[in-house]
Amino acid sequence: MEASNLDVAYLALAAILFAIGGVGLLVRRNPLVMIMCVELMLNAVNVTFVAFGKMLNDISGQVIVFFVLVVAAAEVVVGLGLVVAMSRRRPGANADDLRLLRG
Amino acid sequence: MVELIWLVPALPLVGFTILWFFGKRIGEPLAGWLGTAVVALSFLTTLVVFAGLWNEPDHTFQVDYFTWIPAGDFQVEIGFLLDPLSMAMIMFVTGIGSLIHLYSIGYMHGDSRFPRFFTYLNLFVFSMLMLVLGDNMVLTFLGWEGVGACSYLLISFWFEKEANASAGKKAFVTNRVGDWGFMVAMFAAFFTFGSLNWSTITSQAPGLAETTATLIAVMLLIGAVGKSAQLPLFIWLPDAMAGPTPVSALIHAATMVTAGVYLLVRANPILAASAEWVPWAIAIIGAATLFIAATIAVAQTDIKKVLAYSTVSQLGYMFLAVGSGGYTAAIFHMITHAFFKACLFLGSGSVIHGMHDDQDMRHMGALRKVMPFTAFGFIIGWLAISGVPPFSGFWSKDEILSYALHKSPVLYVIGLAGALITAFYMSRQVFMVFFGKARWGASADAELANLDAHDTSAAGSAGDANDLGEATVAADADAGPVAVATEHHGHDVQPHESPWTMTLPILVLAFFALVAGVLNLPFTENLEFLNKWLEPVVGENQAHLGLSTAKLLAEMAISTVVALTGIALAYAIYMKKKFDARKVELPFFYNGWYIDHGVTVFMGGPGRRLFELIALFDRVVIDGAVNGVGRLSRGGAARLRTVQNGYVRWYALMVGLGTILIIAFILTQVSFS
Repeated sequence: MEASNLDVAYLALAAILFAIGGVGLLVRRNPLVMIMCVELMLNAVNVTFVAFGKMLNDISGQVIVFFVLVVAAAEVVVGLGLVVAMSRRRPGANADDLRLLRG
Repeated sequence: MVELIWLVPALPLVGFTILWFFGKRIGEPLAGWLGTAVVALSFLTTLVVFAGLWNEPDHTFQVDYFTWIPAGDFQVEIGFLLDPLSMAMIMFVTGIGSLIHLYSIGYMHGDSRFPRFFTYLNLFVFSMLMLVLGDNMVLTFLGWEGVGACSYLLISFWFEKEANASAGKKAFVTNRVGDWGFMVAMFAAFFTFGSLNWSTITSQAPGLAETTATLIAVMLLIGAVGKSAQLPLFIWLPDAMAGPTPVSALIHAATMVTAGVYLLVRANPILAASAEWVPWAIAIIGAATLFIAATIAVAQTDIKKVLAYSTVSQLGYMFLAVGSGGYTAAIFHMITHAFFKACLFLGSGSVIHGMHDDQDMRHMGALRKVMPFTAFGFIIGWLAISGVPPFSGFWSKDEILSYALHKSPVLYVIGLAGALITAFYMSRQVFMVFFGKARWGASADAELANLDAHDTSAAGSAGDANDLGEATVAADADAGPVAVATEHHGHDVQPHESPWTMTLPILVLAFFALVAGVLNLPFTENLEFLNKWLEPVVGENQAHLGLSTAKLLAEMAISTVVALTGIALAYAIYMKKKFDARKVELPFFYNGWYIDHGVTVFMGGPGRRLFELIALFDRVVIDGAVNGVGRLSRGGAARLRTVQNGYVRWYALMVGLGTILIIAFILTQVSFS
């Protein structure tokens, strides 16, 4: 298996996206933005799947992406539902304000 | 047919379950009939099983249904051991049980917790059957505890009265002492045999080291002493009379209290393998108990207390038999005793019912005229327990005395003395309750009342102011203005005969009290049915008497003379008033040799301090260890919980760092060659 420059570029892009998402998740406090960051990380992984699928000449890399998309859609529904419910109850609260479950 | 054995305990269990959930809705009297029906069906099944057991080799049938506790080497099965011994037991447990259930329908009539009573009664029958049928010690222990719990529930059935509630507690606590012995015996048996199956234990017991066998035997003995109300743990049984009378008849006379004797007979190979002094100890405990309890019964005035102490005394005879190696005799007496004592208890319950819950014998007298059926049954029971031939009690007691004589003449003499006193106090009871003059005040029978007044003045002028006399005067004083007296007050009651549901069981039991002796007549080997029947269980360890006919007849003659002497003495004192009754009804006897009192004083004083010391150990060392573990985990948790600070972003960071650590670790472990 020989990795072309284009493949490496895709992987690098995925790594950058994943890092942006991860840092964003850690530094931002707005729940909505945090969910977007999680989505960013998920899609970074999707990009790596596609890239590796092409590199290994294996279609299953792209197939798995569809599964991930479906699961991500479901997860967003739950996450956004929680965010909406939370902002109704406590308007303007950020992620650090919600620490009822601290030990 | 013998496979139907599971139905025998299952039926009462079904009855218990139905009554527990729907008893209130079923109500009186249907709940009683249901409870009676399941036990009666259980009895019928027992008869079928009995017929089937004849065809089994050695008359033994063992069945395991499923594993109850599988824990490594410790395997406990739910299974039944049906051998001649358990067969004999379940026959009279279910038989007498159904009669007493029937009786209870009449006795408990109008009680606010009528269905609940039958619920407990069914649970008791189930537990007793599990005790007897269980093929391993754990299952037997389950039944053992079950009957103890039912006994507690039924003694304090009328818990509104403080005395009843505390009597239940006393029975429970005293029984716990015995339970401790049973449990230690169980641990030792498992340690020794690696199994708790009765068949394994009894087959391996003969090869046991003497000290081990002695330990197990002594612990079993402690268990038996607690359950069967022997010295020094008999104090709970007389108090247990606080329960309804059918309970006294079923649990505290016929079945539960004989569980200790059953246990010792069941474990007879262990007793045989243990040190020489263990059977001696059993015989001595039995002899002491039978004598002391009999003397106490002489001075009691409560009709049920007399019977309670009499039960303790008769159980003493059974222990004496076991200790003397007469296992069959013990079971024989257990069966005949179940018949005549249940008959007597049901009779006394009928009397109490008729007297409107008055239990004092000094308020009774001449009841045979108003309660003919009850009196008839009671008199047969009296003759049986007194050991008058040919009633059943004579044969079983005589057999025990033969074994006692074989063991030691001293035990024989104590047994004879006990028989004399037994005949005396039972005759005293019968004369006070059913004969003599009526002391229950406003009798509708004018003739009786006249007789009463006449006799009282005569007795008064003669200066005869014993217990009886005083009671008579009191009764007479009340007899004046009683035209409008309420029925429930004092002596102003009009006794009446009980309904057929109560008299029928009494008469059936009286019949068996009369004829049960044919189970094991001593004249020829062919007549010793019970002996032959129990041969597979106890045959090897049974003492061999080898009585000559002359000796046998001599012993019988002595027993008969002793019994008749007792009755004659009672007749002289209580009917003819030749002697002052106070000469025999000593306060020392009335107070039970102050044993109860002694226990109270000891437990309140030095005993309490001793146990406080043990409690201190428990608090400091045992609780300390347990609480230490608790404190340790709480302290650790208090520090650890700060990790959960509630910042979701912190968690994300930790997840990320953890992932990196795991990946780093994996990278160090794998090689990309």
